[in-house]
Amino acid sequence: MRNSGKPELRCNPAFFHKEMDARSTSASTRVCDALAPGHDQRMTDKFISIEAVSKKFPAPGGGATIVFEDLWLSMARGEFVCIIGHSGCGKTTVLNILAGLEPPSDGTVIVDKHAIEGPSLDRAVIFQSHALLPWLTVMGNVAYAVASKWRSMRRNNLHRQAQKFIDLVGLTGAEHKRPAELSGGMKQRVGIARALSIEPKIMLMDEPFSALDALTRGTLQDEVRRICLETGQTVFMITHDVDEAIYLADRVVLMTNGPNAVLAEIVENPLPKERQRNDVHRHPLYYGVRNHIIDFLVSRSKNFAEEMKGASYDRRHVPVVRPAAAPSAANSASAHSPFAERDGVRELQSVRRRAEG
Amino acid sequence: MIWRAALLSLLLFGLFIAVWHLAITGGGPAATMDPEYAKLVGATASQGKSAMPGPADVAFKIWQHLKEPFYDRGSNDKGIGIQLAYSIARVMTGYLIAVAVAIPIGFLIGMSPLMSRALDPFIQVLKPISPLAWMPLALYTIKDSSLSSIFVIFICSLWPMLINTAFGVAAVRKEWLNVARTLEVGTFRRAFTIILPAAAPTILTGMRISIGIAWLVIVAAEMLVGGTGIGYFVWNEWNNLSITNVITAILVIGLVGMVLDQILARATRLVTFPE
Repeated sequence: MRNSGKPELRCNPAFFHKEMDARSTSASTRVCDALAPGHDQRMTDKFISIEAVSKKFPAPGGGATIVFEDLWLSMARGEFVCIIGHSGCGKTTVLNILAGLEPPSDGTVIVDKHAIEGPSLDRAVIFQSHALLPWLTVMGNVAYAVASKWRSMRRNNLHRQAQKFIDLVGLTGAEHKRPAELSGGMKQRVGIARALSIEPKIMLMDEPFSALDALTRGTLQDEVRRICLETGQTVFMITHDVDEAIYLADRVVLMTNGPNAVLAEIVENPLPKERQRNDVHRHPLYYGVRNHIIDFLVSRSKNFAEEMKGASYDRRHVPVVRPAAAPSAANSASAHSPFAERDGVRELQSVRRRAEG
Repeated sequence: MIWRAALLSLLLFGLFIAVWHLAITGGGPAATMDPEYAKLVGATASQGKSAMPGPADVAFKIWQHLKEPFYDRGSNDKGIGIQLAYSIARVMTGYLIAVAVAIPIGFLIGMSPLMSRALDPFIQVLKPISPLAWMPLALYTIKDSSLSSIFVIFICSLWPMLINTAFGVAAVRKEWLNVARTLEVGTFRRAFTIILPAAAPTILTGMRISIGIAWLVIVAAEMLVGGTGIGYFVWNEWNNLSITNVITAILVIGLVGMVLDQILARATRLVTFPE
C-alpha cells in the first residue's frame, strides 16, 4: 500500500470492479468492497496483456542499459488508453513492442489470447511522422494498406474500401493529391484512414497529433474520438499532452523517467464517456485529474523510486487511482460529484485497484 | 531571363567563332621560295596558312556529313552516322548488361548488411581501376575487339550504378519499411512497392553518372580496338591529318553525350517524388 503522496490521493483499500465490456457506455466502475483476490480473475477482459516485458540494450562500457523491465499492463477490448511520460522513458519502445516492430528482451505480449510474433495487420500503427509513401496519392496510400490486408480483392472493391475510410476522415475530394500537396493535419488524416482501412483490432498511435497546430489537433482529436467510439476500436496512444489524454482516454498510464522506467500509476478517467470538447474542462473532476497528472510529470516522475521505497509497489499490479476534484473545490465536488451520483459510484477520494488476478 | 541568357549564350558563341576565325587567318606569306619546293612543303609552310581549319571549313564539313551521314565506302571511309551508330550500340549493350547486373546486386547489398560487408572489399578494389586497363585481358579472353569494348563499357558503368543502388536501398526511410512491416508486406512486394520507388531517384542518378562515364570511355576504347565507331573515326581522321573531321567528331561526341545525359535526367525527374 502506498503511504505517501498528496492527501487527496490517499488510497482507499477498496477494490472495485470494472465491467467487461468497456464499449457499452453505461459500463463504468462499481465498487466491490471485499472482493476476494481470486475473484479478480474475471475482472478484466484482458484483450491486450503485456506480461513481464523488458527491454535492454548493451551499454557501451559493458553491462546493459535497462529501458524498462518486468512491465505489466493489460487493456480491455474497446478501451482507449493513453500513456504519458517524459521523453526517453521508453513509451515508444512499449508501443513498438506492442506493434511487433521491436522484439522485447524478455516477456510476452498477448493480444486476443495469442502471443504476438512480430507486426500484424491486426495492430495498425499511426506514426508520429505520418509515414505516408510520398510517391503514392492519398488513394494510393490507403489502397496500398487495403491491398495488403485483402490480397486478392478486386480493384474496384479495393478502391471502395479505401474511399470509405478517406470519406470517414473527411478527405473526400483529395484522393488524387500526393502527400506533399497536403497540410500536416491532412497528412495525419491519411495516416488515420490508412490505419482504419485495414479494420484492425487495435490502433497504436505514437504522438499522432504532436506535429500539428493547436486548432488542427483539436479537430483531429474530435475525429479520432468519434471514429473510435463508433467503431469500438481499442486504442493505445502515446501523448505528451495532458489535456489530450484526459479528453481521449479511459485510462491514463503514467510512466516514470528512464532508464529503468516503471509504470507508476494507472489513472482512471473519472469523466463521463460522452464528453464534449467545449465543456470537458468545466467538469468538476477535470482539474483533479489534470493536476494529478501534472504533479506526476513535474515531480513524482523522477522521484518515484524514492516514493516507493518501503512501500509495497508491485509491478504486476500497478496502482490504479481515480483522482477526485481539484483541492480548491474538493469539499463540494468530491462529496456531491455529479459524475459519481450518476454512475452510482461511491464517493472515493481515490481508489486503488488490484488490476490483475 | 531565359531569353537574356540565350542571347548571352549566342553572343559568347559568336565571340568564340570570331576569335577562332581571327586566330587562324594570321601569318601572311612566308619566305619566298621556289614554287616547286612550295608545292612540296604544302600551303601551311609556304603561305603561312594555319593547319587549323577555320569555322567556315568546319561548318562546311558538318554540312557534308549531315547531307550524307550513312555512306559506306570501305572499312576506312564510313559516314559519321554509321560510326556513331556503332558506338551507341556498343554503349547501350554494355550499359544495359551493367544495369541488369548492378541493380539486383545493389539491392542485395543494400538490403543485407552481411552482403554489404562481404562485397565491400571487392568493390573498393575494383572500382578505381581504369576501365581501359581491362582491355588487354578482355581482348585475350574474349578474342573479339568489338565484344571487348562492350565489356569495357560494362565494367566502367557498373560501379556508379551498383554503389548508388546499394546506397539508395540502404537509405530507405525506416518509417516506410515499418509501414510495410505493420502491413505484413512480403519481401518481394516490399522490394518492388516500397524500396524500388523510394530508391529510384538515387538509382537513376547512378545510372546517369554511368552513362556519362560509358560515353567517355567508348571513345578511348574504340581508339584502341579500331575498326568502327566514333573513337576509331577520330583516330583515323588524325592519321589522315584531317583536323576538320576531328573537330566535327568532337562536336558530335559532345552532342550525343548531352542527349544521353538529358534522357536520364528526364527519367530521374519522372521518378523523383517531393516530400
